[in-house]
Amino acid sequence: MQELANALSRYALVTWTSVSTIPQRLGSSLAAAFGVAGVVTVLVAVLSIAEGFQAALAGTGSNKTAIVMRGGSDTEMSSILSMDDTKIIVDGPGVRRDVNGPIASAELFVVVDIPKKSTGTPANVTLRGVQPAAISIRRDMRIVAGRGFEPGKNEIIVGVGAARQFAGLAVGSRLNWGGAEWAVVGHFDSGGSVWESEAWCDASILQPLFLRGSTFQSVYLSLESADAFDELKDSLTSDPRVDVMVLRESDYFAEQSEILHLLITGLGFLVAGLMAVGAVFGAVNTMYSAVAARTREIATLRAIGFGGGPVLVAILFESSLLALAGGVVGGIGAWAGFNGYQATTLNWASFSQVTFAFRVTPGLVLAGLALALVVGLLGGLWPAIRAVRLPVATALREL
Amino acid sequence: MTQLALLRSTLLRRKARTVFTLLSILVAFVLYGYLSAIDLAFSLGVDVSGVDRLIVQNKVSLIQPLPIAYGPRIEQIQGVVSTTHMNWFGGIYQDTKNFFPQFAVQSESFLDMYTEYVVPPEQRTAWAANRTGALVGRKTAERYGFKVGDRIPIQGTFFRKRDGSSTWEFTIDGIYKGDRAGVDETNFIFHYEYLDEASIGGAGLVGWYVVRVDDPERSAAVAKAIDAGFENSPFESRTTTEKAFAQSFANQLGDIGAILRAVMTAVFFTILLVSGNTMAQSVRERTSELGVLKTIGFTDGRILGLVLAESMLLALVGGGAGLALSWLAIKFGGDPTSGFLAVFIFPVRDLVSGFGYVLLLGLAAGAIPSLRARRLTIAEALRRL
Repeated sequence: MQELANALSRYALVTWTSVSTIPQRLGSSLAAAFGVAGVVTVLVAVLSIAEGFQAALAGTGSNKTAIVMRGGSDTEMSSILSMDDTKIIVDGPGVRRDVNGPIASAELFVVVDIPKKSTGTPANVTLRGVQPAAISIRRDMRIVAGRGFEPGKNEIIVGVGAARQFAGLAVGSRLNWGGAEWAVVGHFDSGGSVWESEAWCDASILQPLFLRGSTFQSVYLSLESADAFDELKDSLTSDPRVDVMVLRESDYFAEQSEILHLLITGLGFLVAGLMAVGAVFGAVNTMYSAVAARTREIATLRAIGFGGGPVLVAILFESSLLALAGGVVGGIGAWAGFNGYQATTLNWASFSQVTFAFRVTPGLVLAGLALALVVGLLGGLWPAIRAVRLPVATALREL
Repeated sequence: MTQLALLRSTLLRRKARTVFTLLSILVAFVLYGYLSAIDLAFSLGVDVSGVDRLIVQNKVSLIQPLPIAYGPRIEQIQGVVSTTHMNWFGGIYQDTKNFFPQFAVQSESFLDMYTEYVVPPEQRTAWAANRTGALVGRKTAERYGFKVGDRIPIQGTFFRKRDGSSTWEFTIDGIYKGDRAGVDETNFIFHYEYLDEASIGGAGLVGWYVVRVDDPERSAAVAKAIDAGFENSPFESRTTTEKAFAQSFANQLGDIGAILRAVMTAVFFTILLVSGNTMAQSVRERTSELGVLKTIGFTDGRILGLVLAESMLLALVGGGAGLALSWLAIKFGGDPTSGFLAVFIFPVRDLVSGFGYVLLLGLAAGAIPSLRARRLTIAEALRRL
């Protein structure tokens, strides 16, 4: 017991000596910590883009809503459904009903050019033609300014994300599409999901204007329960009168984030990986000069009987401490600088703009700190081994 | 000779430091290489777009079509040399993850318009004669192992055939290459006639027109004339230069490219700062040695040269190796997202400015210590012993 306590106090003593001399080497220590802070900031910031985009799309879908499109279509844009198709679809089993019948909305999905505020160049914005039940089918959707559109009128409501990113969408503004004038009558919020990037209007107004006859592109159905989905899917896909695919809304949108997620994480890990390698070299340099400056001191410790173990631990501890300090700074920096940052990008799957907020999650920060620790340990390892291996006599002669 | 020997002994004085300084400079410039490639990928071909080409699209958005009858009308406008049209097909090859762009085009006028697509003459002839033939870019051909003569089924998403099936069969008749770096080699191009004849509905509609003008200076006037001709029709048009078209697309990707760029630029300069500091520190440690050199008769100029040569050498070796390594990695390793970026190259222009940064690093890291070393008086230097 006494021996263990002695050993521990030896480790603590050497480690404390090592750490307490950091101020003497402030310049190079700061440089190393700074390097690690950079690595962590980059990793967390870049991955928060992917995280935010995924959250916007994943947060869109409910598993109690089904979306029906033509068989073989991969997105709403490429789908087409006739009026007869939609009638069969809304009568499917498991669809929730109220006094007006099935709670469903047959919709049209078109893309219109609206200038982006930041660049002034046109961007693809989704204009969705919907039926009256549309708002109640979507989770958490509510009008936050102005009012809803009146059926049969050239009126649109715009998501708060779209209103923020694109020009001329304030309540009361007027727009021109296909020779008709449209009035923006309201803004809606849907808890950060994809709908907020869209503009909505009455489907029956959109059909003639975009030469769609009486066709639609998708049908959104509110289900009686999440479990009702399978029954509906089996029934519709085996119905010989229609050729459709039935998806859970949540799956449909989660899948759309895949390409961008792969793209961003691929680039993010490449950049952060390269930086981490650079930071390891920086840390090695710092610790190497720290060890060099204290060669005499370390040799003296070893000459008076301290083993290699305490020295090794002390150096690794110091480099990990520096790296973690950098990691914390980087994590906080990324969180302060990027969390909630409002951005917009092209969702390739729907060929239209999606507005979303960057998300710095605790998981990302932890991943950043873990990387910092790895950099610190790797950076300290070699100088530490060198310090332990150096013969005491040679080291003392370096006086 | 003594100069070189001194340089050598300085660098070997702390071998580990020299090696790690070199390595961190190397990493910085590898990063710089990838930064340039990503930057170019996100600009979506703005640099390689033809200065004498205009894009005519539906005014509402690119998704909305234009009538095929517009082609001859556009050609009559003063200043227009030729036109061609394109349709986005958006089909799926085996799996939605296997993405590559497919376009239905008018073959002859397309290849005349896009002279940067190089196709062997016999393949061009074969393609023109085969209604279900297709031309595929080198990069996509390599990625999926397509060879001339292969039959490729693609699932139509927008387009279905009259017989009710959504599987479109194509024969690869040729593989095109770009005539210079930066040309998109991922496209899959087939005959508009095949699409128009075999698909349900949408007959006589095209996605957009590409127009060649005789004088790029007059592009704006020609664009205006084109749009004026279709005003107040059910299909109003919007005409822009190809460059502006590509730019507005790049803007749509928007913040992501800009943020990646900003972050990587910050990183690059951070690493330079840190390694520059290490290099400067190594000179400071040797102040007394420099004093000794001066005592034995080294001139101020020689001392300045010695210190500067050291930092220049480190920068050149580390930076040069980094640039070379990233060039090789980008050329042979391809893009890190396994094919989502159509163009992923390290442009020569950026390679040249990379060498500029290498020289700048060497100069900047060496400047202050070398000037200080030059001004150092012997008495002062030796007092530090």
